[in-house]
Formats: sequence, structure tokens, C-alpha cells
Amino acid sequence: MKGLSAYLIALAALAGLVVLAFAVGRYPISLSEFVGLLLSKMGASHRDLAPNVETVILQVRGPRVLAALLVGASLAAAGTAYQGMFRNPLVSPDILGVSSGAALGAVLAIFLSLGAFLVQMLAFAGGLTAVGLVYWVGSRLRGHDPLLALVLTGVVIGSLLGSMIALLKYLADPYNQLPAITFWLLGSLASIAPRDLAIAAPLALAGLAPMLLLRWRMNLLALPDDEARALGVDTARLRTIVVTAATLMTAAAVAVSGIIGWVGLLIPHAARLLVGPGFGRLLPLAMLLGAAFLLAVDTLCRTLATIEVPPGVLTALIGTPFFLWLFALSRRSW
Amino acid sequence: MTLEVRKLSFGFPGRTIGSGITFTLARGEVLCVLGPNGGGKTTLFRTILGLLGKHSGHIAFEGKGIEHLSREQIARQAGYVPQGHSAYFAFSLHEFVLMGRTARLRAFSSPGRIDRDIAQQALESLGIAHLGDKPVTQISGGERQLALVARALAQEPQLLVMDEPTASLDFGNQVRVLEKIAALASGGLSILFSSHDPDQAFLSAQRVLLLGEGHAQEIGAPKDVIRSDTLERLYGVSIRIIETENGERACLPSLRRSGGH
Repeated sequence: MKGLSAYLIALAALAGLVVLAFAVGRYPISLSEFVGLLLSKMGASHRDLAPNVETVILQVRGPRVLAALLVGASLAAAGTAYQGMFRNPLVSPDILGVSSGAALGAVLAIFLSLGAFLVQMLAFAGGLTAVGLVYWVGSRLRGHDPLLALVLTGVVIGSLLGSMIALLKYLADPYNQLPAITFWLLGSLASIAPRDLAIAAPLALAGLAPMLLLRWRMNLLALPDDEARALGVDTARLRTIVVTAATLMTAAAVAVSGIIGWVGLLIPHAARLLVGPGFGRLLPLAMLLGAAFLLAVDTLCRTLATIEVPPGVLTALIGTPFFLWLFALSRRSW
Repeated sequence: MTLEVRKLSFGFPGRTIGSGITFTLARGEVLCVLGPNGGGKTTLFRTILGLLGKHSGHIAFEGKGIEHLSREQIARQAGYVPQGHSAYFAFSLHEFVLMGRTARLRAFSSPGRIDRDIAQQALESLGIAHLGDKPVTQISGGERQLALVARALAQEPQLLVMDEPTASLDFGNQVRVLEKIAALASGGLSILFSSHDPDQAFLSAQRVLLLGEGHAQEIGAPKDVIRSDTLERLYGVSIRIIETENGERACLPSLRRSGGH
């Protein structure tokens, strides 16, 4: 099978990173402690471990590692779907305004001093609403290329949402609210609780299911619209499904992590260079790479310095040169 | 009857491009549409394929009105070979042709071995099987044109709609495409194609439709329809029809000399 080695390497890298992510940090955990806990949780061993070890693995690092995997895989999957659908490898999952909408929702919740749970809920709802609005307006601009209409509407509405965020920041209490807003907008996986995952994971899976089921038809969205339709695809309906699925995944991710750029742009591109544009092969590899990439970034974020580095800063630092390198490498075709 | 078009009026929303188009296409029949640039050939084809809504009139595949057919049902009836193709992603030629199988698959399935075999046969029948693993972004314009035909054949249609299939091809490849059209038609496929070259109608079509100024100016057998007067009216230049001793016909334009000695 084409690209089998790419899958195996990505899987091995991911497994290694997971073990490493559990091990390193302010409270180092040895491999034997990690394996010992896993075995005792499965009832296979009754070795006594320091209670700290269990707390660090299950309460602190476990949720954070899982969140990095979930958010990384979701952003990569949504980016893969959008790059195919928009026939453009420079597209990222927030092109239709899901991040700006989520940001406005979260900022509004912080501004209204609502709790952490409501911040997430409003972020999720904001992301969905923004894309719904863009899609509704964009599909009413008839007589244009439907994709172009969507992208332009996304840009315009995204900038409107940006100005509303700016207004809320201006009005926010500069001592309590403004720092919280800034931290949210920078993105972070530091304060993930198991409950966040329990909500985000099913939503992301609900978005993933249609992409997996329609993996063959997704390829035809990369053709000119007329050709895909002449081959029997109802492109308008398929696009609606893809936008809904990708938005669900991205909004679920952004609601727990805040805005972390570059993953959804860079990872699908890298995966495409490894296994080609066929969606059925591309999607699983992009998700593996996305999960591994964000886990690596987040592990660096919490171990590089005594303070946490925002992951969005690190993804940009890694992403910019890497992307330029990929761009130079791939010449003219994707 | 593979395709029936009656009193068709077509165009874009709010702008009619052509009207009064009536013709039928039987099994194994080849119809060539001739007309000047902007005469509405592509728009007519897109309307027949249901890619563009008709303004009025009737289009039917195997007796069934197009308004009762889903995209998938149309794709099982008619294969479309568009004019050129811009490739965005580096799908291999084999994957590209395999996309022709989509209308034959259930919504959530991917192509299986039978589909792969059919795609392979389509590639072989056009003589491009050796390019199967090559990315569509890296093949020549002529090869891509053949790939589009192969993809349409993989649909296993009753009708092939080809929009200027020989445009951008060198002379040898033009002849090869015409030979392919003849072979496919003798295998029972109905073919609707457009061209800028009236000679192609003499060579490969049983009937010709002259489409100019938005309406069908004439339809019939090539030797009846393609005349000096009709071509002059269609293209606005003077053209002689010459005939060989075997009864084969060809068009020869007479160039107007301006000034000079």
C-alpha cells in the first residue's frame, strides 16, 4: 500500500511522543512508573506507587496529552477537508470564520464574567454561528463562483467579528478580564479538565464520521464544480456536509484550547506530500501527524521555560520556516 | 432514443442564449455541433447535462425527462468531456479516471476491484495505460484530453458529450480522437461533440447542427447542411466545399486579399 511506511513512522513517532509527554515536566516520571500505573489500572499488577505519580499521570498530564491529541487531530482533519474542498493548499480550518466566531463567544463570556464552562460553550456556539452566518450569506451571493463567494464572505465577516472582539477588549476590566481574554486568544492546553474532553471528543467524532464515510466523494470536490456534478456528485449538498463536519471539529477543538494556528494549514500539506491527495489515505495520516505535532509543541511549551510558552507562538515559529520549505519543495503541484 | 431535445431554450438566469433547438440522438449516432465562438455550444451542452437549468423546452434521456433525474442518474446516462481541465491536485491518472465510477457507487463506498479494472480498461482503450501512475498535473494537454475521455468512459454511459474534444491537440492526436469517436459509436455509444472544424463533421458525424446567433440554423446530414452559403452565414467568411473522386468532402476557405499587388 502506498505510503504504508509513512503511517508506520507517524504511529511510532506518536507513541514515542505520548510516553515522552507523560515522562517530562516539573515532576519527572520514569518509564517504569508509567507502565506500572497502566498495568495496575488494568488490574495486571498491584505494585504500590507514590500517590503523586497517579495524580500527575491521571489528573494533570493525562487530560492534557489527550487534549493535545484531540485538538491536533481535529484541526488537521478540518484543514484537510477544507484544502480539498477549496482546491487550495493555503486554506486553514478558520477560513470561514470559525475561530473568530469562537473567539468572540469566549471573549463575550469572559467580559460577562461567566464561568469557565460557559466560556467554552459560548466559544463553541460562536464558532458554529459565525460559519452558519458566512455560509448563509455566501450562498445567497448568486452569480459568483460559490467557493469564492464563501471565502470572501468569510474574510469580511471574520474582520467584522475581529472588530467586535477589539471593542470588548477595549471595554473590558484591564486588571481581571483583559489578561484572561489575552490568554484565551493565545490558546493554551494548560487548564484542560477531564470534563472538557468528555464534551469535546464526541463533538469532534460527530464531525469526523461524515468525512470518513464520504472519503471517496471528497476527492471529487477537488475537481471543477461542473465536472464533479457531471460525474454524479451533488456538490452543493456535499459542500454543506463538509463545512458542517469541519466546523464541528474545529469549534470543538477551539472551545477547549483557544486559537492555535498553523496546525490545520501545515499538517494536511505535509501529509499530502507523503501520500498524495487521495482523501481516504490523506485524512488518517493528517490526523496522526496533527496529533503528534501538537503534542510535541505542547510538551515543549510546558518544559522549555519556567513559564508556559503559548502553543500558538511555537506553532508559528516552527510553522513559518517549515511551510516555506515545503512550498519550495513541492514546486507547482500539490 | 438515447437523447431527445425539443424546442429547447437555454442560457443563464435572465439571459437567453439560444432557443428553438430540436434534435434526437439514436444509439450509435454521432452529432457534431458547429458554430462560431460565443455561439452557445458549451452552454447548450451544459444545459443538456443538467449543469445549467433550461429556460423552456424538453430534454429526455431514454425517454425520461431531465427534471426527473438526479445528478447520479444523469451521470449514469451521459459522460461529459469538458473543454480542457485545470488540475489542482496531483491525483494519479488512474485515480483521476477512477472518479468516473462515482455514480456507480453507493454514497459511502469507495471504488473496488471491478471499478479499478474498468478504469484500467478505459485507460488502455485510449492508449494511455502506461501513464497510470503519473500525476495529472504533470502530463501534456493532449494526454489530459485523453484522460478526460477515459474518465467519461469509466462512467459506462449511453451518451458521450464532448466539448471541443480536439481543441489544443496536435493534428495527429486530433485524428486519433476522431478515430476513437468512430470506434465508440460503432460500439453503440451515442456521441454529441462540438468542433471548430467543419471537416470533422464530414469525417465523423452522421448529422450536423449549425448553431449560430442563438438558434439552430440548420440540422441534417453533413453533405446537406455544410454548404458554402450556410458556412458563410455561420462564420462570416467565404468557404468552398471541394469533393474528391471518392465522394469525400472538405472545406477550403478562400482568403480575402486586402490591398497589395
